[in-house]
Amino acid sequence: MAAYIVRRLLQMIPVIIGATFLIFVMVFALGDPVAGRCGERPCPPAYVAKFRADNYLDQPILFQYGHYIWRVLHGDLGTAFSGQPVAQELLLRFPTTVKLALIAVGVEAVVGILAGVLAGIRKGRFLDYLVTISSLVVISVPIFVIGGLAQLVFGLRLGLFPVTATQGTIGQLIMPGLVLGALSVAYVARLMRATLVENLRSDYVRTAKAKGLTPARTVGVHTLRNSLIPVITFIGYDIGALMGGAVVTERIFNINGIGGYLYRGITLKDGSIVVGTVTCLVLIYLLVNLLVDVLYGVLDPRISND
Amino acid sequence: MRARTRALAAASLTSIALLATACGGGGSTTPDPGTSEGGSTTGGAVTVNGCTPKAPLIAGNTSETCGGNIIDAFTAKLVHYNSETAAPEMDLAESIDTTDNQNFTVKLKSGSTFQDGTPVTSKSFVDAWNYTAYGPNGQAGSYFLSAFAGIDDVTCPDPECKTKPKSKTLSGLKVVDDTTFTIKTTDKVSNLLTRLGYSAFSPQPEAFFADPEAFGKKPVGAGPFKVDSVSSTETVLSKFADYKGVAPAKVDKVTFRVYQDIGAAYNDVVSDNLDVVDQIPPDQLIGDAWKTDLDARNGQRAIGGNDWVTFSPEDEQLAGNPDLRKAISMAIDRAGIMQTVFSGTRTPATGWVPPAVEGFKEGACGEACTFDAAKAKAAFDAAGGYQGTLTYTANVDGAGNAQMGEAVCNSIKNALGVDCVLNGVNDFATFQKGIDGGDYKGMMRSAWQMDYPSIENFLAPIYTKGADSNWAKYDSPEFQSLLTQAAAAATPDEANTLYQQAEAKLGEDFPTAPLDYKTASFGWSTKVDNVKITPFGTPDLSSITVK
Repeated sequence: MAAYIVRRLLQMIPVIIGATFLIFVMVFALGDPVAGRCGERPCPPAYVAKFRADNYLDQPILFQYGHYIWRVLHGDLGTAFSGQPVAQELLLRFPTTVKLALIAVGVEAVVGILAGVLAGIRKGRFLDYLVTISSLVVISVPIFVIGGLAQLVFGLRLGLFPVTATQGTIGQLIMPGLVLGALSVAYVARLMRATLVENLRSDYVRTAKAKGLTPARTVGVHTLRNSLIPVITFIGYDIGALMGGAVVTERIFNINGIGGYLYRGITLKDGSIVVGTVTCLVLIYLLVNLLVDVLYGVLDPRISND
Repeated sequence: MRARTRALAAASLTSIALLATACGGGGSTTPDPGTSEGGSTTGGAVTVNGCTPKAPLIAGNTSETCGGNIIDAFTAKLVHYNSETAAPEMDLAESIDTTDNQNFTVKLKSGSTFQDGTPVTSKSFVDAWNYTAYGPNGQAGSYFLSAFAGIDDVTCPDPECKTKPKSKTLSGLKVVDDTTFTIKTTDKVSNLLTRLGYSAFSPQPEAFFADPEAFGKKPVGAGPFKVDSVSSTETVLSKFADYKGVAPAKVDKVTFRVYQDIGAAYNDVVSDNLDVVDQIPPDQLIGDAWKTDLDARNGQRAIGGNDWVTFSPEDEQLAGNPDLRKAISMAIDRAGIMQTVFSGTRTPATGWVPPAVEGFKEGACGEACTFDAAKAKAAFDAAGGYQGTLTYTANVDGAGNAQMGEAVCNSIKNALGVDCVLNGVNDFATFQKGIDGGDYKGMMRSAWQMDYPSIENFLAPIYTKGADSNWAKYDSPEFQSLLTQAAAAATPDEANTLYQQAEAKLGEDFPTAPLDYKTASFGWSTKVDNVKITPFGTPDLSSITVK
């Protein structure tokens, strides 16, 4: 197992180098960051020349990339055009994004798995229909509608939750977390239900029942554990996605998370922001995926990583 | 099983450790997030909707509004614009005298200091302006010094600035003593006094010249507020007690809180989580919903900004046919568009200069800005009509730009029967590049936000031959001569009359078609009073009080 983890960690190095290079080239292709920096008027030529020189924009792209990686290796993620170090901004914003993602994932794991299991064992009955239909409704409503409605009703009109989450405290993040988790709850519930229903028909369940095990043990221990694998895969993917920030939800509730920062970097064509943030996100994806792969082995001993 | 659990724990620990090191590599100190509510000190604290500056906060190097709003709060200039009338009032200056509109003597009030304790002297001004004007420094505000004598000697001879300019200082600036300096302009400039309140004319302390880059991160000025911290999420300002000018702060602390979406800021003001919002989201403007939400805590005022249509100089059919351009302009139902698209938050334009500035005169555009479909159609046919599809090119990243384009095109299409489509460009940068490259035919969206409250600011930078913002490539010797005469006029009234004649010349030549004058709609929380918006469309931080 240890060897497996080390091997996987080593594999990350080329992935990170490749990903940062691709992102770097794409940011380069985004266009000229100089135009539009001077309000409604064009920037003076001397300003443009200095801006390009200061940010190495007048150098060939390979030089720019090499220079960037050199700085990253020295622990410097670069500085945004506005003068703030990218690392400092990320440190400021990651705690908020992590809190928000954990609330959302917590909601989706607990509510989703529970709803899926109940629907699965009551297949074809009222509860099953309730779960499948309500999840369909949630899936088909766009997130900005759910978010906007929740803010209007629970925040503005009823005053149950804070309207926005600018400071990013747990109390402020509960409603955005619920909104963000709502969509995934629906997916998790449906996934859970489908795999559970399928596994309940398998031979080992019949054997367990024949052996005289209680239904709770048959479902709760034997079937559930096997059925969790696709659900864990999905949740793992979702953690990675949520760490990247939820641009729409962040906008609605004014959460100062990673997504908004990345969005800003893209609109300002600020290469340091985009590449620095994405590099971190790639790293998170890779590590969460590793964690999921290790979890497979725990859930199902037949899947061996060695 | 046990071994596996341990491995799992090890894996998660490694993950966390890696995350911490990878993404926290900078190891810089985290700025204090700062709680913005509830001031314990006397003046109280207010929060204002803001945006993130695009560049370090250097007064001479900022011409975008996010940074500009902050710079205006922490800098003081020779004159300060009255927040009601926009009239320039002496701030750091005791007097600015001239007899010929070309040689000016500036006397400073004694005893003004910067926020780092150093005194404001005439050298602080002269050095700062020389720095801004000097080509190799690449300052965005260099444009504003172009009227000063000796500007050609400090400007880079080539765009890339490969050869250094002849001189490092403007010959038109001379320090007489600690509180006196003189300004000489290349030509006569009758409205120089009005120009001097723009932030590019701020003085800079000694510390700035030592390391401008570092200074921009925690800048120092002589204004009513000083900068406590700047981040991409909020900017905190506090009262500068030693400011002795005309617009002292009444509150102790102002926090510009950055909102990614104006809807969230608006909702926060409605629920008292934010004190001032300087824009209202479009959906709240419909049916005046915002005036119900913000009952007795909302306001609206005319500001110094406008929108117009630039007729592309690259379009063979439009160029050289002013009658055709006037006919197209007459086919635009301005009043209808401002009501339906902008819920009355913009005023239909009757000329090239908005009412919020000194020298405004109603009706320079005449009947070419008065919607009359039948008359427009007749004039259109008489002028030879337009073959093919007329396009309206606009950057669609700005609020309302696309809707404006569609509405203008629809109006033209209905009145003239000519095909008109919106050519949407993704962002302002690309649009700007396309204009510079002469890529667009037909019509183009243009807008202006004034730098200083003078009629001249809406004419000279936009219609002078060769000016950066002369998108219409307008070139009229007669117009030019009127501007020169106005600049040399003895009194402001005389100057304004001449500027108005120049504006009337635009009405004849019709390089562009005015669309609207901007107004600012704003709201405030139940915790604050005396919330005003300046003629520049920004919140007047000095007047706000906490209840």
